Amino acid sequence: MKINANIAISQSGYIFNPQTGESFSLNPIGVEVIRMFQEGKPKETIVASIVDRYDVTASAFACDLDDFVSLLKQYEMLTDE
Amino acid sequence: MSEVKPFYTIAVTGLNAVDNPGPGVPVVRSLKEATSFSCRIVGLCYELMEPGAYMHDLVDVCYQVPYPSAGTEALLSRLDYINEKEHIDVIIPNFDAELFSYIKLEQDLRERHIAMFLPTLEQFEERQKFNLHDFGKRVGLEVPGSINCDTMDDFLAKSDRSEWNYPLVVKGRFYEAYVVHDDGQFVANFGKIAAKWGTPVIVQQFVEGSEFNVIGFGSADSKLLAAVPMRKQFITDKGKAWAGITISDSRLVDMARRFVEASGWRGGFELELMRGRDGNAYVLEINPRIPAWVYLATAAGQNIPELLVNAALGKEVKAFDKYDVGKMFVRCSWDMIVDQEEFGAFSVSGEKDNRKK
Repeated sequence: MKINANIAISQSGYIFNPQTGESFSLNPIGVEVIRMFQEGKPKETIVASIVDRYDVTASAFACDLDDFVSLLKQYEMLTDE
Repeated sequence: MSEVKPFYTIAVTGLNAVDNPGPGVPVVRSLKEATSFSCRIVGLCYELMEPGAYMHDLVDVCYQVPYPSAGTEALLSRLDYINEKEHIDVIIPNFDAELFSYIKLEQDLRERHIAMFLPTLEQFEERQKFNLHDFGKRVGLEVPGSINCDTMDDFLAKSDRSEWNYPLVVKGRFYEAYVVHDDGQFVANFGKIAAKWGTPVIVQQFVEGSEFNVIGFGSADSKLLAAVPMRKQFITDKGKAWAGITISDSRLVDMARRFVEASGWRGGFELELMRGRDGNAYVLEINPRIPAWVYLATAAGQNIPELLVNAALGKEVKAFDKYDVGKMFVRCSWDMIVDQEEFGAFSVSGEKDNRKK
């Protein structure tokens, strides 16, 4: 999966999609996840990385990540490429 | 040695910086930031309390002018009087309703060495709300289905109700639009608009989605010289953008280019667009003048009022090839304090010199 190259993400978690003009706020975990997508990491690696550092089960986080991914796709920020 | 910039006297209308603001004040702000010339500004006001008339830093001198309903002769007579005192180089009309008069007066004003850069009457008429659907078809721009109606029975006769479901948009031929959700709202708003703006009333299919606008400028040889798309971020109850942000959607710029090339449009314009759930951008309206958010385009790198003045004066003009994406505007309401003597003198004489402190 690939984050649209034009998407601007600030340190504070503010995201701006320059093509649609939409903007969003992310919490710190969201920023971490989106940074990992930007680095080209697959979902499995992202789940392992989060589970390794936070108090959450792999199945619970995988479910949340799927929701997050569908939102990112809905807002044209993430593609399956 | 640095080159001496030319100095122009530019007359501007639309100084009504109110809740539904005219473009005059942001046009003047842009002109004051022009790099190719310096200028002084003559404000042309219809009302004595147009806020721009009291902005001493922006507007040098103001004159009250007759409403368009008074006719072109009355306007020309008043402009002759003003020109005798101020020696105007360029006029930038900023209201839809006055454009007809200024287009009619273009030759007369040219003979007085006053330049403008306006569309032709044919171009002006072709993009009118009640012609927009046919115009869109001709030039390949998507426009929501529209029916021009003189009466409500007219709408029932012309529409296939299986395709014309609520919500619908009922629009006046010049201004005002309402989204209606049932027969009761339709009847009430149709009557209100017909009484206020006359007929035809335009009934349009409602497109749900996000609102975008594109400001643009067409040259004398049908080239798009400037275009900046903006997404509305905060919309007032009158549907006006109170905040917006520049975006990088090249499809919207292409629509502006198609409009200019197909119509031969001369001058500033605004496309009002809705991107529907189907992903298509539909043209809701084409405004025949610079919009009130023009200063955002100036701040993003495309000073369209400066371009307009240079084009009007026959100077060489070049197309802008970029603008800053992600530049925002947030409109503000600001109370100015005015001595009643200042207002009183303006109301008596219809003239106001802001250079005198």
